[in-house]
Amino acid sequence: MAEGIKDKAAIIGMGCTKFGERWDTGVEDLIVEAFKECIDDAGIEKKDIDAAWFSTCFDEVNIGKSAVGLSSTLKLPFLPVTRVENFCASGTEALRGAAYAVTSGACDMALALGVEKLKDTGYGGLPDFGAVMGTRNRLVLPNLTAPGGFAMMATKYFDKYGLKPDEGKRMLAHVSSKSHHNGTLNPKAHLRKEASIDKIVNAPMIAWPLGLFDCCGVSDGGAAAIVVRAEDAKKYREDPVYVKGIQIALSSGEEMMYTDWDFAHVETAVHAAERVYKEAGVKDPRKEIGMMELHDCFSITETVTYEDLGISKRGHAKEDIESGFFDLDGTIPSQPDGGLKCFGHPIGASGLRMMYEMYKQLQGKAGPRQIDDPKLGLTHNMGGFPPYNLISISILGL
Amino acid sequence: MSGITSYGAYIPLHRIDRMNIYQAMGWLNPATMTRGEKAVANYDEDSITMAVAAGIDCLNGIDRNEIDGLYFATTTPPYIERQNAGIIATALDLRPDIQTADFAGSTKAGTAALLSAYNAVKAGSAKNLMICISDSRLGKAGGSEEENFGDGAAAFVIGNDGVIANLEGSHSVSYDFADHRRAEGDRYDRVWESRWIRDVGYDKFIGEAISGLLKKSKTDIKDVAKVCYPCLYIRDHAKIGKGLGLEPGQIQDHMFTTVGDTGTAYSSMILTAALEDAKPKDKIIVASYGNGSDAILFEVNEEVEKMKGKKRGIKKHLEVKKDLASYEKYASFREMLPIDIGIRGEEIAFTQVSMAYRERKEVLGLVGSRCKRCGTPQFPPQRVCVKPDCGAIDEMEDYRFSDKKGNIFTYTEDHLAFSFNPPAIYSMVDFDGGGRYMFDVTDCEPGSLKVGMPIEMSFRRKYVDRKRGIHGYFWKAVPVQE
Repeated sequence: MAEGIKDKAAIIGMGCTKFGERWDTGVEDLIVEAFKECIDDAGIEKKDIDAAWFSTCFDEVNIGKSAVGLSSTLKLPFLPVTRVENFCASGTEALRGAAYAVTSGACDMALALGVEKLKDTGYGGLPDFGAVMGTRNRLVLPNLTAPGGFAMMATKYFDKYGLKPDEGKRMLAHVSSKSHHNGTLNPKAHLRKEASIDKIVNAPMIAWPLGLFDCCGVSDGGAAAIVVRAEDAKKYREDPVYVKGIQIALSSGEEMMYTDWDFAHVETAVHAAERVYKEAGVKDPRKEIGMMELHDCFSITETVTYEDLGISKRGHAKEDIESGFFDLDGTIPSQPDGGLKCFGHPIGASGLRMMYEMYKQLQGKAGPRQIDDPKLGLTHNMGGFPPYNLISISILGL
Repeated sequence: MSGITSYGAYIPLHRIDRMNIYQAMGWLNPATMTRGEKAVANYDEDSITMAVAAGIDCLNGIDRNEIDGLYFATTTPPYIERQNAGIIATALDLRPDIQTADFAGSTKAGTAALLSAYNAVKAGSAKNLMICISDSRLGKAGGSEEENFGDGAAAFVIGNDGVIANLEGSHSVSYDFADHRRAEGDRYDRVWESRWIRDVGYDKFIGEAISGLLKKSKTDIKDVAKVCYPCLYIRDHAKIGKGLGLEPGQIQDHMFTTVGDTGTAYSSMILTAALEDAKPKDKIIVASYGNGSDAILFEVNEEVEKMKGKKRGIKKHLEVKKDLASYEKYASFREMLPIDIGIRGEEIAFTQVSMAYRERKEVLGLVGSRCKRCGTPQFPPQRVCVKPDCGAIDEMEDYRFSDKKGNIFTYTEDHLAFSFNPPAIYSMVDFDGGGRYMFDVTDCEPGSLKVGMPIEMSFRRKYVDRKRGIHGYFWKAVPVQE
């Protein structure tokens, strides 16, 4: 494996909008809101930026294809701007592009900005899933939704590890309940209410066995980062955050079409984790990772991710979940900002929103959510659905 | 001798008790009270999908490459232009160098197709011709037709080798008798007075056709084991038999109180039921009804015994049923009630016809590929083998999944996805012999699925795009019912 980009790129400023059902706010407003906080935090001006990476996903209901939406909204002066879209990992892809660009020397300062305006479709949930699967798949795949695609993983996880539906649902409820608690401490979160385990297991069913609280919200939001080469970082601030590793992995087709995969874990995550630990020099993630923002689109996703990342033993996430290992005061707090669970999932923004929390935590600026000695922060996105997906993982540190 | 070499049938899983319809709509027309139940197509079934199901039953044990043509008969073709038989032939994965045709316009189109197939085989222009006969007619809410019309299908292969029932003769009568009619754009039949239909049409035409057949073939009615003809009115069904001099035991059960009047498919389904119980040397007569009648005489051979146990036919389909307790659900499935499908339900993506044609074997035929190097079956068809340690490029052969059984690897019941029958149930299916893909599951209730449950594949309507005139079809998984 190549040596990677550990400690070669640094984040010197970040911004993140308030997430939620922003009925009065358009996608251009969200872009400006995230950008303004980001450049103020970095202490730079627009003219200092050399290039930008722009992440969005559902452009049919959003800002349209290409990156002109970003450059014209921010009046970027004829800069090179690239739009990236890779399902739910789009935001992380934007940062990956920016980090590679400064590291290669192609530019000195790059902007990564992700945004998504989802609440203009007239219904709950993500826009028609079929639309993003390609025209041929649409003729043959079920009319599936994201909850349904992930619910099948819960069905199989319960079956494989012999969990009775009630037992499995209570385990998943702990995952969501923990995040709801964290969300109450975050003014930028969409959902800011506690949710008890009983309330969660008794909620209306969305896609069996996942109930309402097993699913993340759907909201509008944006987030942004300014990235420079590591050696330049201290010119801008005392406490830059360094990229230790950033990797992605995509389905090979065998999950969907070959009968070996068990549908009780995410194979791509195993590969992405292995690569990112190598890049970041992490030998024992359970000891070295201090906090995580995982792609909790659904409680089951977060559950299997604990195992896929090598934090929990295969088939034993339940023990860690129920012992409070991932709670805010636990050993490796997960979703300290409230996660997708409380932020909702404006696709293009989520990866950058997760990094925003890691960045603030590492700088000691996370207020009531502040984690003592956060060591390394890990972010994880999962796009698509379990048999047809992609994973991005980043590790950030001081 | 030429004749029937195989048969098959299909009756949809759902039945509705006619009392249920009457309780909902009897207030409108108290005279419509009719006894028994009728078979109802699921929301994702139509005359094409039922024809495919009967065709699969009929083809069980037959090499599909031996079929030289397919005739489809119906009065409810989803397409007026775009041959419906072509869709069925592709779904059945028949060869493309065959003759296909739609027979329509009358409920006697099924026997017309059968006679045409027989004539072609007898003339030597084809060795084996398949016919699929199917109907799913809609009666107006509260009318007699709503009570009477049932849904179902039958299929036959006509050939020279392995004939189970020789076709001994036929006699047809044709009258421009406008008892039922649907003009361009009509959804429902317009019907003339029932007494006129009964006395001037139904009783007379069937009697005339059968009498003519007996005379022509010099057959004594006493030597006929079973006579099969449709039932429009229960009392008159018996009356026709009596008029012909038949003992009650010679009249094949009309299925009016179990399936209903299945239009074009009706007489053929009754014939299929008769063949299931037939003994060698039995003489069987079938007569259709609709703008006249075709009567056909068969004599059963020893070969009929070979069919036993191979076909679901009528009997097994009658045994497996599910009561559709709600009239409102029935009316919604048949799109008689404009239900709130929500914005999600209104979103129907544009169908790329050229792409659907390119992928027709995959989409309509459920044909995937199998790697010639490692033997792994895969769907959709791939050019690069999906088996991780193989990866052979362009070493594939066609592999048909539609006739493979499988099991539920995992599943969900999705309340968010749009469905005409929520929750949308779908699953990952592992096929016996290899291959995995994700499919909708139909003809099943929430709470009834389990990991590992056996399934089989069923051709269904995936969507209807009324704005662009597209009926989209694909395959769904169905729990094995027997």
